[in-house]
Amino acid sequence: MTWGDTDIQTLQRQADRRRQWGRFGLYAGAILFAFLAAFPFSWALISMFKQSNDLYVKENNPFWFNEAPTLEHMRLLFLDTNYLTFITNTIFVGLVVTAITLLIALPAAYALARLRLRWGERLGIAIFLVYLIPPTLLFIPMTRVITSLGLQESLWSLILVYPTITIPISAWLLMGFFKGIPMDLEEQAMVDGHSRIGAIARVVLPLMFPGIIAVTVFAFTLASHEFIYALAFNKSSAVKTIATGVPTELIRGDVFFWQSLQGAVILIAIPIALIFNAFLDRFIKGFTMGAVKG
Amino acid sequence: MTTTTATKQRYLGDNPRFLAGLFMSPAVLYIIALVGFPFVLAIIYAFTDISTGNPELEFVGWATFRRVLADPVFREALWNTFLFAVIANVMVVVLATALAEILVRDFKGKWLVRFLVLLPWVAPVSLATITWLWTLDSIFSPIDWVLRQLGLITENMYWLGQPGTAMTSVIAVQTWRIVPLAAVIVMAGLIAIPSDITDAVAVDGAGFWRRMFQVTIPLLAPIIAVAVLFGLILTISDMSVVYVLTRGGPTNSTQVLSTWAFIKGIEGGALAQGAAVALFLLPVLIAITAIVLRLARRREVM
Repeated sequence: MTWGDTDIQTLQRQADRRRQWGRFGLYAGAILFAFLAAFPFSWALISMFKQSNDLYVKENNPFWFNEAPTLEHMRLLFLDTNYLTFITNTIFVGLVVTAITLLIALPAAYALARLRLRWGERLGIAIFLVYLIPPTLLFIPMTRVITSLGLQESLWSLILVYPTITIPISAWLLMGFFKGIPMDLEEQAMVDGHSRIGAIARVVLPLMFPGIIAVTVFAFTLASHEFIYALAFNKSSAVKTIATGVPTELIRGDVFFWQSLQGAVILIAIPIALIFNAFLDRFIKGFTMGAVKG
Repeated sequence: MTTTTATKQRYLGDNPRFLAGLFMSPAVLYIIALVGFPFVLAIIYAFTDISTGNPELEFVGWATFRRVLADPVFREALWNTFLFAVIANVMVVVLATALAEILVRDFKGKWLVRFLVLLPWVAPVSLATITWLWTLDSIFSPIDWVLRQLGLITENMYWLGQPGTAMTSVIAVQTWRIVPLAAVIVMAGLIAIPSDITDAVAVDGAGFWRRMFQVTIPLLAPIIAVAVLFGLILTISDMSVVYVLTRGGPTNSTQVLSTWAFIKGIEGGALAQGAAVALFLLPVLIAITAIVLRLARRREVM
């Protein structure tokens, strides 16, 4: 059978139409998802600058300014609440936890990725499973442990406990990054007379730098997200993090400081989301590589 | 090969077994001390009647479990946990697969779309939930405002004030938060499918939906399972969304095991009962673990 010109043209037209519908569906879907995901945030972004006699009128359009925007509630947030304390606490806890995480997870990940341990595969899976044990199961005895160590009402309670959340997932990610570095490089360095640890320090770690940055971002984000332990261990506002401080201190009884509250959320969520986005592709690569057999 | 082995033995750190022990032990010890030990303690607590007022470990057998089970709030929490997990995860799978299909394609403004759809996941969960607290406000809810403008309602919905709508809200917010993570996991799977398979099927004339259901989804099944596992663990164990939105109310209608354990054990001081409530998550957790292990093993075979 031979193809007539008209047949080819019809097929071509069908394919074109299909492609056009495909593009249309793609954009419609992308816009719909973006809208659904960002809706409450976009709304918070406007509310944070609203005057009270604009925000608290039931009939006013909630999606735009009916009165002139104001920075009044942002001033309140930074000067009259403990918001800055919560931020400093979160950064301090995040940094120390990330440092502990790297110190412990880096060697473990290297061992799992490179040393061809007899029980390596199982240990790798076991470490991953630890990540799946939710704080919900542990927070009650953990609160007792923290109290008996005298660490309650202190940031050190969080610093001690958060690595249990960050180490397993970071070790898994780092394992993936180690597998992405050719084994020959360090073998060559060892042939050249370096010890194994010397080869790791001189050849492998510099190549791991992007991976280490990615894990730093990931561990820091996890630490800043944590809610249950922070709520259970620390009740005085001087030692609260953003995750617990904002929901508990800016809502007093039934009085909500809505504009300040919305501002507090936006000013944290947007920077974290921007940084996380920049590293997303690297996270995906690390997780997929971690599952590859070394 | 002999040269490398010879080189390896020059320093103590070159002995792989020594190095493995040195490198692994900090992680293993940390996990044993701060995950293993509290876990055992949780089980011990559940068989005592320890409370903040009476911190003595006195074993009472199954009495604590019996007291927990006799409580109608506990049964409601158990049922709600199940309901939330199942409904939320069905929605998560459908939405995340669709979102992942979008995000692997190239289009204008992709970075912005990616930034916006990831917001619910990367913002700290308690803060992300606060935006919903206002969106679902009893008086000033913008959703209600739109519905009023459209003439669909005259009275406000009181989303979080009535059992039915409160349940719907909690499930919706939980889904909203987990979809981005699940989409990223599925995306990783989509990228890993060799494009020549999908291309070949497309050349053979299969349309989008046939390609989707007969090629892509079967190939994606294992990775979708991984996404579901994460989703299940998050919905079953997370208490932040419920705690911030409703604190389990109105009248315990949105109570789940995690919030109930917190309210009993930490806020009420009944440590033993709180631990017992949380332990009901364990069988579910073990089932999920078994599935993970099985998946991991299957990938090894491939």
